[in-house]
Amino acid sequence: MSTDRPLVLKRERSLELAAIGTMAGLFSGLFGVGGGTVIVPLLVLWLGYGPREASGTSLAAIVFIAAFAAAIQGAYGNVHVLDAVLMGVPAVAGVLIGTRLQQRLPTRAISLLFAAVLVASAVELLAQ
Amino acid sequence: MIASIAIGVCGGVLAGLLGVGGGVLFVPGLVIFIGLGQHQAEATSLLAIVPVAIVGTFKQDGYGNVRRGDALLIGLLSIAGVAAGVALANALSGTVLRIAFALLMVFVAIQLVRNTMSRPENADPPQNGISRGNDPTSANSA
Repeated sequence: MSTDRPLVLKRERSLELAAIGTMAGLFSGLFGVGGGTVIVPLLVLWLGYGPREASGTSLAAIVFIAAFAAAIQGAYGNVHVLDAVLMGVPAVAGVLIGTRLQQRLPTRAISLLFAAVLVASAVELLAQ
Repeated sequence: MIASIAIGVCGGVLAGLLGVGGGVLFVPGLVIFIGLGQHQAEATSLLAIVPVAIVGTFKQDGYGNVRRGDALLIGLLSIAGVAAGVALANALSGTVLRIAFALLMVFVAIQLVRNTMSRPENADPPQNGISRGNDPTSANSA
């Protein structure tokens, strides 16, 4: 939990954080996703984070990453702002609902179902 | 318009429920249901992620799960990678980018199944909400 690391490691730690940011940024910019897929495992592997703090810290970093990426994509003229707002604002409510339901629903079955939906969507994307 | 809202709500609920990021749903939703091109879908997804990540961060910070200094460094130092990633995306054709994204989705699906299978204790958590229920991002945040 605590971050009591020797000072000599501080520089190395900053480099690790920079590397994580750079890789997550590349991933996020390329795929249009937040980058948690990259950040969470690296925080665990390189910096010894627990899964919960890795997720929380990743989310906070994603605020910046997604904002930068959206701004740069905006310069390319690719952002549909209205769709983003119509999707992003209800999604906030969705996340809060989903987090509550997590305690009441069989998340394991839903995970497997959702994995199937992801694969089906991937096939649909490929067919487009 | 209604389709965008529906994608947002569904994406959000699943993100909160399963700890999978919204983007992996927003992008295909925008392509399949709204008819955006892959580049436009990715760009629009990025903007939609911002409010979700902000609210999620405040919640997680409330639970003491955010190491603010590290998050700030990762976020601010991501800018070069972000610029390169966006430039790369825009250099690729929509078809190539779509195929790459489809592969990413399959990867996320595999990861999700793996994580689910390695956590049998979370199969039916009727009353242990204190320890686990408030973590919407156990595997891949946003």
